[in-house]
Amino acid sequence: MSTSIAPQVLPEKPWRPTFKRVLPDLFGALLTAVSTVLIVAVTPLKGKLGFSLTLIAMALVFSVLISGVRKDKKAAFNSVSTVFVYIAATFVLIPLFSILYEIYSRGVGALTWGIFTKDMSLSSADAPVSEGGLLHAIIGTLYLVAIATIISAPIGLLTALYIVEVKGRAAGLVRFFVQAMSGVPSIVAGLFIYAVWMIGLGNSYNAGAGAAALAILMIPTVARTSEEVLRLIPPDLREAGLALGATQWRTVAMIILPAARSGLITAIILGIARVAGETAPLLLTIGGADAINLNPFSGNSSALPYYVWKNLSLGNPESIERAWAGVMVLMLLVFIFFTLARYFSGKRTGR
Amino acid sequence: MNDVHVSSLADVASNHASKKQPGTAVLGTGLEARGVHAWFGKKHVLEDISLDFFPGTVTALIGPSGCGKSTFIRILNRMHEFIPTAALAGEVLLEGKDIYESGTDVTKIRLRIGMVFQKPNPFPSMTIKENVLSGLRLAQLKVSGEDELLESCLRRAGLWEEVKDRLGEYGGALSGGQQQRLCIARSLAVNPQVLLMDEPCSALDPGSTLRIEETIRELSSTMTIVIVTHNMQQAARVSDYTGFFLSDGGPGRLIESAPTSQIFSNPKEKRTEDYVTGRFG
Ligand SMILES: Nc1ncnc2c1ncn2[C@@H]1O[C@H](COP(=O)(O)OP(=O)(O)O)[C@@H](O)[C@H]1O
Ligand SMILES: [Mg+2]
Repeated sequence: MSTSIAPQVLPEKPWRPTFKRVLPDLFGALLTAVSTVLIVAVTPLKGKLGFSLTLIAMALVFSVLISGVRKDKKAAFNSVSTVFVYIAATFVLIPLFSILYEIYSRGVGALTWGIFTKDMSLSSADAPVSEGGLLHAIIGTLYLVAIATIISAPIGLLTALYIVEVKGRAAGLVRFFVQAMSGVPSIVAGLFIYAVWMIGLGNSYNAGAGAAALAILMIPTVARTSEEVLRLIPPDLREAGLALGATQWRTVAMIILPAARSGLITAIILGIARVAGETAPLLLTIGGADAINLNPFSGNSSALPYYVWKNLSLGNPESIERAWAGVMVLMLLVFIFFTLARYFSGKRTGR
Repeated sequence: MNDVHVSSLADVASNHASKKQPGTAVLGTGLEARGVHAWFGKKHVLEDISLDFFPGTVTALIGPSGCGKSTFIRILNRMHEFIPTAALAGEVLLEGKDIYESGTDVTKIRLRIGMVFQKPNPFPSMTIKENVLSGLRLAQLKVSGEDELLESCLRRAGLWEEVKDRLGEYGGALSGGQQQRLCIARSLAVNPQVLLMDEPCSALDPGSTLRIEETIRELSSTMTIVIVTHNMQQAARVSDYTGFFLSDGGPGRLIESAPTSQIFSNPKEKRTEDYVTGRFG
């Protein structure tokens, strides 16, 4: 046992910014804000445009000055690009947040517990928003997304496997058609199902037909994204599997797919994001309904985008408010789904 | 490698002075390449290679980059055919039977002739334990006593002591040298007769390299090992036989093959001597 008294060393994170280190930046931000307010107050520069232009100019001036004084010329130039990166990021975020804000402020009024538990079968379109609800549309959208995913996830994945792993004779051709398919306008997908499945084969409106139209749009997204994901798997993993005496099929199932798992789940999520808000194909295929329909393969059905479209076109203030609530619920639904999928895809991955 | 003397390498090579002679071990009749040629598209990269690998011995393949060592070693367990432009002539006999004969079950061949790659490549979605046993699952083999097999493979690969308490962690969490030993353990689990190693230490530090060399020496008593290496000392330290490959711009040829001590002490060919003494390559 050694008795020497070593000075106790505590773990630190020296790369973390401390208050003292961000002080000059805070000072710069403060100077920028104050000078912008002053300039806008005393000069003819007015309005949102004048304010943001002044803000950008002041941010540039002060960041260059501060980094030039604290460090050197190189740091001053560097800070110019930093400011531009932040400005660009802001310009991307502004529309996003203003859309989110708009949806929230218009939809939150109609967002009551009731809309999640009731449908519109007992309420007329101009009834107050506290009556009725959009449960039927939520159920319709869940059915549509679920069935479209059940159809297109395996087809999209197998297509990608054919292109990347099997490298079959027709791989180039298949790839070309998948790319062409991803350019198909959504209304055309709806028309196709309408013409073939409904007029041609004499079927009537239902959620299954709508899901088939959505699947046409979803397959190319899933296939192309999965293809990119599979190409990122290092080739030596394939060789290692084959060198252990595995067949190609076992190698794909036990090594390639597990290694690509979270990427493949992302591919499916992107496919769902592509179709969850689609309206046009549904107008031709699901028929619309005001009541809950629990059978996706028989009878008219509704969906959130359909509900939004219908209520907007009705045009009275109550239904427009319902439409905004529908938009908000649709976004919440997609968000919840993404979060769940991210959680499950991240649960078990190596490295 | 300029500071290397022929004599010092010869000393190293004769140090473990292999008493093994061709055909003395009773482990089967080994692996033989007969008149092997290889092409990629129209490019002829290997010409008329005939080389025997004796059971229970280590054979090192040496030669400058691009002379076809990797191509040759991949021909020995039928990995060559995965390259779309690849073509082949000649025979590779395992226990007297051509592995390229039509009707041969390729996956069975690869179970009997395992391979370790240059870059450690444990399966990222599997734990250490799953990695070692992955060959069984991949080839759908049943064994009784998986835990004993797991331990014995990791012991033979010289990794057991380091990982016995963390078998449930992912293979990617190990150091490079440990990952490579994990890959060796993974190859051992399906009990191959022959183990092919293509520059298994070139991505590793000297300490890990020594560990793997020890592992190779220990494994060689029970199997046939073929190792490609750029490191002359490594060839001298671990191998019983050495084959020297060279390409003069055209296809690669086997210039000389002999017991390792002879290659490093008195090679027949001037070019072999020039290469092992570091005068080129
Ligand atoms: N996949 C491939 N396609 C075309 N040529 C290849 C391929 N792999 C290797 N070659 C060529 O074959 C020759 C031998 O390569 P290789 O066997 O990798 O040599 P070594 O392992 O001895 O460095 C080289 O000229 C190389 O360019
Ligand atoms: Mg090589």
